[in-house]
Amino acid sequence: MASDKPEDAPEHCPGTESELAGKADSCAGCPNQAICASTPKVVDPAIPLINERMANVKHKILVLSGKGGVGKSTFTTNLSFALSLDESVQVGVMDVDVCGPSLPRMTGLDGEQIHQSNTGWSPVYVSDNVAVMSVGFMLQNPDDAVIWRGPKKNGIIKQFLKDVDWGELDYLVVDTPPGTSDEHLSVVQYLKESGIDGAVIITTPQEMSLQDVRKEINFCRKVKIPIIGVVENMSGFVCPKCTKESAIFAPSTGGAKKMAEEMKVPFLGAIPLDPRIGKSCDYGESFLDQYPDSPAHAAYMRVIDQIKAYVA
Amino acid sequence: MADGALANVKHIVLVLSGKGGVGKSTVTTELALSLVEQGKRVGVLDVDLTGPSVPRMFGVDGAQVHQASTGWVPVYTDETKRLGIMSIGFLLQNKDDAVVWRGPKKNAMIRQFLQDVAWGDLDYLLIDTPPGTSDEHISVAEYLKEYNPDGAVIVTTPQAVSLADVRKELNFCRKVKIPILGVVENMSGFVCPHCAECSDIFSKGGGEAMATEFNVDFLGRVPIDPGLTTLIEADGGSFVDRFTQSALYPIFKKITAKVVANCGDEVIES
Repeated sequence: MASDKPEDAPEHCPGTESELAGKADSCAGCPNQAICASTPKVVDPAIPLINERMANVKHKILVLSGKGGVGKSTFTTNLSFALSLDESVQVGVMDVDVCGPSLPRMTGLDGEQIHQSNTGWSPVYVSDNVAVMSVGFMLQNPDDAVIWRGPKKNGIIKQFLKDVDWGELDYLVVDTPPGTSDEHLSVVQYLKESGIDGAVIITTPQEMSLQDVRKEINFCRKVKIPIIGVVENMSGFVCPKCTKESAIFAPSTGGAKKMAEEMKVPFLGAIPLDPRIGKSCDYGESFLDQYPDSPAHAAYMRVIDQIKAYVA
Repeated sequence: MADGALANVKHIVLVLSGKGGVGKSTVTTELALSLVEQGKRVGVLDVDLTGPSVPRMFGVDGAQVHQASTGWVPVYTDETKRLGIMSIGFLLQNKDDAVVWRGPKKNAMIRQFLQDVAWGDLDYLLIDTPPGTSDEHISVAEYLKEYNPDGAVIVTTPQAVSLADVRKELNFCRKVKIPILGVVENMSGFVCPHCAECSDIFSKGGGEAMATEFNVDFLGRVPIDPGLTTLIEADGGSFVDRFTQSALYPIFKKITAKVVANCGDEVIES
């Protein structure tokens, strides 16, 4: 279901935003035809400004999932830290989860505020080469709920893209909330012209997650975002005492690898559950730096290497 | 004034969390099944439009919704019709189709779900929500105002990253004046099935501490049960039948008793 075809539109409606709106053959008989034909197509003035900012960004990667709580923000944080290991690489991290902005805490930037300068908003720097932007930095009190409907959420996302002075970036990694709604449509819309390199889709092994992730894959196809691949997170837990493995989120329908095969998208790898990942997020520390011996570390790096290879 | 589809619903309980993936749908399902075990008539409304998990939880994935003169008929889990479900999952042509809707269209769907479903006489209507504090939550709060919902059960996992989002949800409830029935701390500890060592995979205790801080009831701690996924998704029979045999059932009996008491209802000792 596209977002700009009205409920009562005929089957081959070109969309209300299209240049053919009201004028295509399929518009004949549609109750909205006169409106569509007479409304001038206004280009959003923000788009050229966004394009200008994004011209300084070499690669844009979206981190998506249909499902909540699978580890999008955790993965975004670890991906960004890993990309920045080469100190000559500049990484920007944009958190468009407006209601549940987790990135400030995960990157150890809880309580920081953003500043305005004459070149725009300054993102908050974790290190010399990693900068973060999130609604989390704009709250008076971190417990304040951000109770915004879609249009207001879209507005802030537009500002993040238009007004933030990222400078020159090698990578802009965009963390998203779960679902396929306003935030996702807006990011895709605003970045249409400057282009998105691709999306990394995160899931956990069980069918309850996979069923939402298939929808997300179909969303990407519909809005024409290339899919870099699927990552299976929380894939098995190794008991620290007896070292035997248990499947906490059992892959009852074959897990992400099988789903990726069926949906014909690349499978980037599986990352096991290590309680230290969650703790690192809670304390805003880099898991990859702190625990290089964890099996999860090797798994992360294998996935991240494939992402780097894809966008290069 | 209580008119319309919800007129004969005695208690309305929302299941909320600021955070995704903490187990809202699972807790909603477990609460619903516990209530049915106590002899209550229960409806479950799934307002997570982009990620509807409820049909699969109840083993009714793929069921169709019918229209009657009184409205849309919920999907019942069995012939006794004591447990009825409504979800957008039943309305999709192909269940892998993404529902790519902006706020206004989501709001319209939620209004229909609240006004046009022929729930009939219910003791409890449980409303499962998506994570966040946005269109769906604002709309549900607005449309339910005239029906005086009993309140919200808030689900969290123990770690700080979840609690940060859930505190926002508690403040949301305060702002829109939805009473808080209590907090459930889900995925709290994992007992290794091989050696019985307990690992706090997502930390422990944060939910209870937050409930104390916000001066709301702590309803209980639910451990990670690796058998849960298999219980829900195994072939043959259904979660509905298997739930009472699961290790989580005694825990949910207690949680449900507290929710029922906080709704001013009588707890049936079974």
